[in-house]
Amino acid sequence: MNWQFQADRPIYTQLVEQIQMSIIAGTYQPGEKLPSVRDLAAEAAVNPNTMQKALAELERSGLLYAQRTSGRFITEDSKMIQELKDELALQQIKEFLEKMKTLGFNSNETIAMMQTAIKEMK
Amino acid sequence: MDTILEARNLIKSYGQHTALSGVDLTLQRGRLIGLLGPNGSGKTTLIKIAAGLLTPTAGEIMIDGKAPGIETKKIVSYLPERSYLNDWMKVADIIAFFKDFYENFNSDKAYEMLKRLHINPQDKLRTMSKGTKEKVQLILVMSREADLYLLDEPIGGVDPAARDYILQTIISNYKEDASVMISTHLIADIEQVLDDVVFLNYGQIALVSSVDEIREEKGRSIDSLFREVYKC
Repeated sequence: MNWQFQADRPIYTQLVEQIQMSIIAGTYQPGEKLPSVRDLAAEAAVNPNTMQKALAELERSGLLYAQRTSGRFITEDSKMIQELKDELALQQIKEFLEKMKTLGFNSNETIAMMQTAIKEMK
Repeated sequence: MDTILEARNLIKSYGQHTALSGVDLTLQRGRLIGLLGPNGSGKTTLIKIAAGLLTPTAGEIMIDGKAPGIETKKIVSYLPERSYLNDWMKVADIIAFFKDFYENFNSDKAYEMLKRLHINPQDKLRTMSKGTKEKVQLILVMSREADLYLLDEPIGGVDPAARDYILQTIISNYKEDASVMISTHLIADIEQVLDDVVFLNYGQIALVSSVDEIREEKGRSIDSLFREVYKC
């Protein structure tokens, strides 16, 4: 995995996002065992406590589950993964629409431009 | 006991010059702490007092509840800013020496790290570059299973690629209840591995905070905060 961090936001929230992304992208498959906190921390070159905090957060949201002795696993609930995927997609679309609004395009104009762009990309 | 280091009103003067003027500091176990501050702010003095190499002029410091001495030196692994190793020695000899000297020294760990960094244990220190020597020293220090690591400028002389490995080495080599205090100017390179930062200025504590707290509250990196606080 390619870990990258922005300077102006807490590291643990960025870890949460990046692990979510790799679950959605299938880098980590449903039911797969996650490496240990230490190994993940070393890989991302972050502090183990910070990684621990991020994993605890993901556990709370249900995306990961811990098995007492054998470690942490990715949820097998593919519906939950799909929901997260939809949620992140919606977030991206909203951000995009905000930007288009700033540029002075209304919704209809934006949709028209998107259709043109999609045709060009084919 | 959760506190590994506690300093109360710690003062150190060298003749007329005051290096530390009333430092109060508590460090918890299991943390990676950055000791940050401009040149001459007292970083090295504080580390040397904690390592038991200097005695404070006034105030007190406790390591694991004890004043610095033989007992604390057993659990403190200290990396000085300058090398004290003999140039004519081979790395393998120095490892044997450390093994003999420190009960908690793990030779296997040392050899493994040397291998990862492509350093030949049969080489003499004299034949090595400055950066390689620094790597050897850090390996020796991190191969001790200590409770408190005091690293004075551990990454200054090494190249960025080795720097990443060294940071990984630090992350993966301390016990869960041990703490590591790193003094450095290279904040941007290490801030993502730190739990907490301590800012020193003119021999006093200017700020103690967790890294993510600073990022959350101020929306900026430690590096940029440092540049603002210490703007010349």
